[in-house]
Amino acid sequence: MNFLPLWRYQNQLIDGAIVTLELTVIAALAGLLIGVAGAVALNGRITPLRWLVRGYIELFRNTPSLIQIFIVFFVLPTFGLKLPAFEAAAVALSLYFGAYSVEIIRAGLDSVPKNQIEAGQCLGLSGWQVFRHILLPPALRNAYPAVTSQFVLLLLGTSLASQVAADELFHVAGFIESRTYRSFEVYAVICAVYFAMAMSFKALFAIIGLAAFRWPRRR
Amino acid sequence: MRSFSLIDFVSLFAALRWTVALVVLALAFGAPLALGLAMGRISRFAGLRWTMAACIQVIQSVPLLGLLFFFYFGMPVFLGIQVPALVAVTIAYTLYTAAFLGEIWRGGLEAVKQAQWEAGACLGLSAWQQFRHIIAPQALRLSLPPTVGFLVQLIKGTSLASILGFVELARAGQVVSAATFQPLLTYALVAAIYFALCLPLTLWSRSLEARLDGSR
Repeated sequence: MNFLPLWRYQNQLIDGAIVTLELTVIAALAGLLIGVAGAVALNGRITPLRWLVRGYIELFRNTPSLIQIFIVFFVLPTFGLKLPAFEAAAVALSLYFGAYSVEIIRAGLDSVPKNQIEAGQCLGLSGWQVFRHILLPPALRNAYPAVTSQFVLLLLGTSLASQVAADELFHVAGFIESRTYRSFEVYAVICAVYFAMAMSFKALFAIIGLAAFRWPRRR
Repeated sequence: MRSFSLIDFVSLFAALRWTVALVVLALAFGAPLALGLAMGRISRFAGLRWTMAACIQVIQSVPLLGLLFFFYFGMPVFLGIQVPALVAVTIAYTLYTAAFLGEIWRGGLEAVKQAQWEAGACLGLSAWQQFRHIIAPQALRLSLPPTVGFLVQLIKGTSLASILGFVELARAGQVVSAATFQPLLTYALVAAIYFALCLPLTLWSRSLEARLDGSR
């Protein structure tokens, strides 16, 4: 066991980790946007739109993320839409994360009892005020744990982007391994970096959760 | 270059048996380990609880791809022995399954009220009998929906074995796609097969959950 030959690749590792974080944040933000839009559509009155969203959710949750990345990267070019590796992975991961987000956000909105909304309306609050002050805070608090754990899964899932040669952390691992032939050390270090990133996010989310949702909790 | 024909169709379905084999192997070795982890997590001994929690935390915080590469490329070099691909891949999927199922089952075990253990003790049952006859059956019912849900994750996760050259469904798709230059048709078919495999499980998991909700 010798980790020293890896030391000179620290800049590549840092660059790879930054690309991984970029990919994660982009896919998470785009996915959450899809999630909010999808949740609104699912609770809406337009039936074909509801079917469309349901179909989207089931399709993306019941097929492997890897195949989705391949389809965006290898199949879309046959329709004339040629995306570079990073962009293709970002699109595929956004759609994957979005499919899970819709369900999470909808469950959060549904967790608020109807009569609370009616109570708000009875107090003469406007539609926006009911949403902002009555529906949103408990919905956010209920959806928060699921969103954050899905975020960590997304962070780990970005490693699949290496398979279309997006230069994120796992791709860097393959590069270093091909240079040093130290596969044990390389993959031990890479796993440790992912572990450190995942644990940092978990700690960060726990602190944010404690600070943001401080009002009385149910026992 | 040749056109997409029946033989390609057949080769995709033939590769499906390796996808199924990987899932079966992961469950066969992972499930007993998961049970051990779950029982360790609710043990009386703090040291055991912490160790199990740490193991689960580590595996859940590392990409599945990382586990696969570590055991396929890393471990054999470190140990200086030849490890058959199937063994390396099975170890990685076993750990992955054990960590996630272990955490799901711990949740199920903890959801059964403490008073149930005490009631068992009052009836003069031993700790094992309490677990086996009173706690486990109730916990099983509670944790069945998420267990089936994880099965979907596992089936999707076996697609990563393709990266190690393991010819399961996803890898067969790559091969066929490269041979026929028909990525659209091939990947659509591969996705459809995964979908046909996973959707019934997803729906089953959801109906189990709905039934559980009504019975409480």
